[in-house]
Amino acid sequence: MFTSVDDVSARLARSGYLASPAVATTVFLADRLGKPLLVEGPAGVGKTELAKAVAEVARARLVRLQCYEGVDESRALYEWNHAKQLLRISAARDETWDETRTDIFSEEFLLPRPLLTAIRGDEPTVLLIDETDKADVEVEGLLLEVLSDFQITVPELGTVTAARRPFVVLTSNASRELSEALRRRCLFLHIGFPEEELERRIVRLKVPGIGAALAESVVRVVGALRAMDLRKAPSVAETIDWARTLLALGADALDEDVVRETLGVILKHQDDILKAGAKLDLDAG
Amino acid sequence: MSAEVTDRLVGLVAALRAHGVRVGTGETVDAAEAAAALGFADRGLLREGLAATLLHSAGQRRVFDTVFDLYFPHGVGAPQDEAGDRDDLRDRLAAALAADDEALLARLAIEAVDGLGGYGSSPGSDGWSSHQTLERLRPQTLLARVRDDVRARGGASGFADRLLEDEIRRRIEAFRALVAREARRRVAERRGRDEIARRAVAPTADRVDFLYAGKDRLAELRRTVQPLARRLATRMAARRRRAARGTIDLRRTLRGSLSTGGVPIRPVLRRRRPVRPELVLLCDVSGSVSGFSDFTMLLVQALHDQFSKVRVFAFVNRIDEVTRLLEHGAADPGGLGARIRAEAAVTGHHGSSDYGMALGEFAERHGAAVGPRTTVFVLGDARTNMSDPNLPAVREIAERARRLHWLNPEPRSLWGTGDSAAPEYAGLVPMHECRNARQLAELTGRLLPV
Repeated sequence: MFTSVDDVSARLARSGYLASPAVATTVFLADRLGKPLLVEGPAGVGKTELAKAVAEVARARLVRLQCYEGVDESRALYEWNHAKQLLRISAARDETWDETRTDIFSEEFLLPRPLLTAIRGDEPTVLLIDETDKADVEVEGLLLEVLSDFQITVPELGTVTAARRPFVVLTSNASRELSEALRRRCLFLHIGFPEEELERRIVRLKVPGIGAALAESVVRVVGALRAMDLRKAPSVAETIDWARTLLALGADALDEDVVRETLGVILKHQDDILKAGAKLDLDAG
Repeated sequence: MSAEVTDRLVGLVAALRAHGVRVGTGETVDAAEAAAALGFADRGLLREGLAATLLHSAGQRRVFDTVFDLYFPHGVGAPQDEAGDRDDLRDRLAAALAADDEALLARLAIEAVDGLGGYGSSPGSDGWSSHQTLERLRPQTLLARVRDDVRARGGASGFADRLLEDEIRRRIEAFRALVAREARRRVAERRGRDEIARRAVAPTADRVDFLYAGKDRLAELRRTVQPLARRLATRMAARRRRAARGTIDLRRTLRGSLSTGGVPIRPVLRRRRPVRPELVLLCDVSGSVSGFSDFTMLLVQALHDQFSKVRVFAFVNRIDEVTRLLEHGAADPGGLGARIRAEAAVTGHHGSSDYGMALGEFAERHGAAVGPRTTVFVLGDARTNMSDPNLPAVREIAERARRLHWLNPEPRSLWGTGDSAAPEYAGLVPMHECRNARQLAELTGRLLPV
């Protein structure tokens, strides 16, 4: 898919995703070694976006499995289309039971869910398993077969093996410890908050029309907030929101009033806002 | 791949394993493949590539970075240029800090260690010291100068100006880390990588000894509280779910069997009344063990919705309730210890800890806090400054409580040495060695009541 790490960064950048060297390297390796990529990091640093961007540059179909508590085999792998099976049975009155029985467990009655869809396709595919940590432990077991051998066993049909390995991205906020077995099958990438320089570029890319000076101040203030040990440090998504807000308010530079009034855009807890306000001397003004 | 590179990679993996990072052979092979795919031209890429293949969680990154620097150093030997003298270095450092030029800072760190960090002259006793380098260079004293320099150039104006000092402080911190890295590399060159990798690598946050953790490591430890608490909470919830299934209720099963002629076809399970356990923490907050009790208090606080009631008492030689200081949102982990000492009556006439007195006072004044549903944790090193350990008080508390556990942040080998009353207490109540976050997580997971 990619020829080099630079190729990854350049092509991702063209699709609007500015990758740090760590991100670009890992994406390159995941493609080269044919291994799934486990991406961890705080909310809003672009984990899901990464999968979307990879799909876009590789001109691949994006298949997404959104995990949640209670997601199970029939949501993740496949289901039998019961209604259609019933119809088939009632439509065929003069057939023998054996004929019907072999018939109703065929491809025609299979409803593929994300994992099977991603495995079966022969076009390039990016499989995004989003918020893996939200799923129950049992689902991890199910993922193991898919991720190590890229195959799925349907008891009635046999084993379906991928004709073409999908590029797999798993994301996690680490709200639950994923199993060691799952981690072993993946390359690990932690996306943290970006370096100042990179974040400035991201802001300017995502918020066109923002001045260089304002973008720089925004990133610096956000950097200072992250150093403050708050309950919820602002992430890239919040930086962008804030930059958009400031632009909409017509501010061309930061001052105390503007910051005080818009702090709620970047900080999500009242005590964080108070703390940041005190540290930034906002009350003086 | 050449034998030399293979050796390095294997050495790196061995060093990682020695520091508690579990790396399998499969990962090592992946790492070699990654190295082959990435090439060795760009050290930064190689670092990311190896990290992606060898690591499994973000907490391991710090150890990895240090070990990587030793096995794949950014250079060998002394720098090419002749190092300037100290004042010249300081001037250039100030300029580099003002410009925030990372590449230049890295070069200056190399020069600084070479010029200022060497000590000794006889083989075997000489080496390179980051401490000595920083002591001579004093980068922290450049703060005002760099600030004025940046301001004079108009590099910061308006609102962002007030952030400048903190930013420069962070840059100086980063520079200090660079110096430490360079000194380690030079030493490793002389003494052998493997030995330095064993000795001079800071452990992952969950293995940092509570008693010896510096300020910055403590801050890092506190950041591990939230994920740790979440993990424990999931585990406890699962355990509670399993326990709630309960046992067979014989009486009701037999009554039900009357309709089937005495054959108990439907077993009836005893329904358990869901009772959330209560928890009482008695924490030694004297200077010597404060890091440990701070951390544990925060952890329990983060777990508080798992219990119907958590009460926390702090003591040095007198005991006082501090539950309100730990209330959600109010807890500022940084100043917690200081606030407890300021706002609660934890010391009497003197400032050293006295377990006997404090535990006695607890049994007497707050005894009602402990009942048959309460689990009590005592947190402290049991160093009671030669005063009476007051064993009857502990026995009394333990008898009132459902369970009492003592967590001791000292290594087991030190229990009973000097003024430690640990063996006496351990004879009465179960005492557990709890030196780092990993042990604490394991212990709390096991000991916390369902």
